[in-house]
Amino acid sequence: MDDLYRDEILEHYRRPHNFGTLSAPDVSYEGANPLCGDRLTLMLDLDEAGTVTDVAFTGRGCAISQASASLLTDTLRGRSSAELLALGKDDVLELLGIEISPARLKCALLSLDTLQRALAERPADGVGTAPDGHA
Amino acid sequence: MSDPTAHRVPLDPDVIRADFPLFERDFGGRPLAYLDSAATSLKPRAVLDALDDYNERYTANIHRGIYTTAEEATAAYEAARASVATFIGAGSPSEIVFVRNATEAINLVAHSWGRRHIHQADTIVLTELEHHSNLVPWQLLAQEKDADLEFVAIDDQGRLDQQSFEVLLRTRPRLVAFNHVSNALGTINPVREMTRMAHEAGALVLVDGAQGVPHGPVDVQALDVDFYVFSGHKTLGPTGSGALWARRELLDAMPPFMGGGEMIREVHLRHTTFNDVPWKFEAGTPDIAAAIGLGAAMGYLGALGMDRVRAHEQELAAYALELLPREVPGIRILGPRDPAERAGIVTFTLPGIHAHDVATLLDREAIAIRAGHHCTQPLHERLGESATGRASFNVYTTTDDIDRLAAGLRSVQRVFGAPDAPAATDGDRAVRYPVGSHG
Ligand SMILES: Cc1ncc(COP(=O)(O)O)c(C=O)c1O
Repeated sequence: MDDLYRDEILEHYRRPHNFGTLSAPDVSYEGANPLCGDRLTLMLDLDEAGTVTDVAFTGRGCAISQASASLLTDTLRGRSSAELLALGKDDVLELLGIEISPARLKCALLSLDTLQRALAERPADGVGTAPDGHA
Repeated sequence: MSDPTAHRVPLDPDVIRADFPLFERDFGGRPLAYLDSAATSLKPRAVLDALDDYNERYTANIHRGIYTTAEEATAAYEAARASVATFIGAGSPSEIVFVRNATEAINLVAHSWGRRHIHQADTIVLTELEHHSNLVPWQLLAQEKDADLEFVAIDDQGRLDQQSFEVLLRTRPRLVAFNHVSNALGTINPVREMTRMAHEAGALVLVDGAQGVPHGPVDVQALDVDFYVFSGHKTLGPTGSGALWARRELLDAMPPFMGGGEMIREVHLRHTTFNDVPWKFEAGTPDIAAAIGLGAAMGYLGALGMDRVRAHEQELAAYALELLPREVPGIRILGPRDPAERAGIVTFTLPGIHAHDVATLLDREAIAIRAGHHCTQPLHERLGESATGRASFNVYTTTDDIDRLAAGLRSVQRVFGAPDAPAATDGDRAVRYPVGSHG
């Protein structure tokens, strides 16, 4: 068995970090993986400068998508919107640190996709434009 | 579908497996436990040979060439049509239209018959069990015509609620469309009885037999339906093969679906007269090899006997329904509990473990199952599951495959540290897996 289901991934799945909701988020977006029906709602609090002050997510999905959301959200606090927009597929795969087969890539990238869509949906502040498709 | 006592000698899947080259491939010292036959079936040597034969020995277009191979190809193509007709009990080969798959057949009916006969405020009755293929074409038609869609409800075992059907028939629908066998839950639907009721209410009946034809005897005339569709690739045949059956009067009256060569009688610059059925519906060069391969699949299955195929699968379903709950703590099996009411399809969830993870881990043990919503997203919403795992069987499936599945699921549980007694951490999992609520 390789380490796709290594302990750290499973630990993030069982006890995901930042799992829950924010009371009055500045950004809230529900992303979905149409192939499997997995859903993930991502919430962000931003300060005036567009820096992330808090983050939370809820949803249901497989170990890969949940662990990826847990790991990704851990890195968001204190980052500017511009930095968030610059995040790409490789950043998330690096966080996961495991080999992902093409069939499971969508699971691994659901959190990033949701983040990018969330930023694109957000009321204009001069930072965000349409998300860059990473598929 | 059939009386399981009617079969003679039971099928021996170990003998049958010798006909399927895929089992010769080595998957880490063992053959593949292929448990995804409802997605597509494996192909026996007889079908592969038929494809090769056409491609290597008598490649030619059909219905046009005046030379030996063209005549051979035409004869083989039309013989395949006759095999399909016999296999599903059609009155005549002229009632069989070759299509690429069940989806195309349903779209053909929706475009050709549907656009002519469905009008504003008409009702089409479907069910909560439908594959997207038997849902989306009717949504498109209903949107275009401003018609209504209604859905027969299911009970907690995934069986169509006949009372709900009776009530919906009071809307005097024009069409009732439902599957013979549910690809998601394995439910075998009472086609004949529902057709009788639908006809009494004045509706025509389309049956999606994508999972009906592969898994048991089908006699479209005895079922008394109006349209019946299936995919060749789930029936041991090649991808790109499938058939629409409809009663001859219906086909005769229906306008063409696509225009082009083959479907015409006479073409003038501003008008055309059309060919007879079924060719009226087969515009352009069809997938000749696939149709011929499908004919070979019909021959192969016919020789096995579909009553024996059904008995074999019912036995496997019974075996799985008994074994899995015993060996795999906490497994939730969806669908009918009585194996007599279910085809060789067993859909399940493991508490706290997503179906995708289950499938990925099983794959490492050379066990192939389907994970997801199996193109039945509304049904999964109704069941309160975003994804399920599905093991589906065919003639070559053995109890050993199911034993491997059970052992595989146990080891998936070990990876996830799922306890035999689901307590402790289950509280926070429940947040993400709300049982019985919508996903
Ligand atoms: C019940 C049912 N209907 C329709 C289809 C669609 O078949 P195809 O993709 O071959 O058109 C399937 C295939 O999964 C099915 O199981």
